[in-house]
Amino acid sequence: MKLVYFAWVRERVGLTEEMVTPPAGTATIADLVRWLKTRGEGYELAFENEAIVRAAIDQTHAKPATAIAGAREIAFFPPMTGG
Amino acid sequence: MTPLVRIQREDFDIGAEIAALTAGNPNIGAVVSFAGLCRDESGRLAALELEHYPGMAEAEIARVATEAAKRWPLAGLLAIHRYGLIKPGEQIVLVIAASSHRREAFEAADFLMDYLKTRAPFWKREHLADGTLGGWVEAKADDDDATQRWEQVS
Repeated sequence: MKLVYFAWVRERVGLTEEMVTPPAGTATIADLVRWLKTRGEGYELAFENEAIVRAAIDQTHAKPATAIAGAREIAFFPPMTGG
Repeated sequence: MTPLVRIQREDFDIGAEIAALTAGNPNIGAVVSFAGLCRDESGRLAALELEHYPGMAEAEIARVATEAAKRWPLAGLLAIHRYGLIKPGEQIVLVIAASSHRREAFEAADFLMDYLKTRAPFWKREHLADGTLGGWVEAKADDDDATQRWEQVS
């Protein structure tokens, strides 16, 4: 699946997007975050406060417990500050 | 009535947008427009840089606008949000709601702005007056509270 990052999450991870194959058993957004945090310091820093980082699955807001099966694109970003 | 949503780098002309939205509909008795401008924060900022999630930004604002169109009897609804580098005094966002009577137009525009601020994937970064890059603007709890109040009155 494709992961995309925005704003300070993008800066901390150091990538705008990447293709990943999470390990078997990665069922939810929370599982995905737990796995991403094992992939290096940048990820650890980006997700150090998991309650703050927001996620979207295929461009729709998602919660930590949302299932990721079938997702094509998952985005991680800080709380929105537009308007 | 299908809401109109545009995400663009270019500036917009409020008068022209109101004229286009109300043209050919003599039943419109009220038009409310809200424009959000870039502040200089008392001289501290040179600009705001707006990053967005292309695709989701349009889709999310359209979802919120469609919800507004369901809640109030509107004759027209438009949202424009800019991205890129925006200087103090320049326009960032525009919402226009048109209806037969003023209450619906006021409320729909207010609702759309509240939800847009907390749900549309845009992020502001500060560019400081001394030429350096500032930090990312932090989300305000006030904005979440403003959004919450619509869930209590429905």
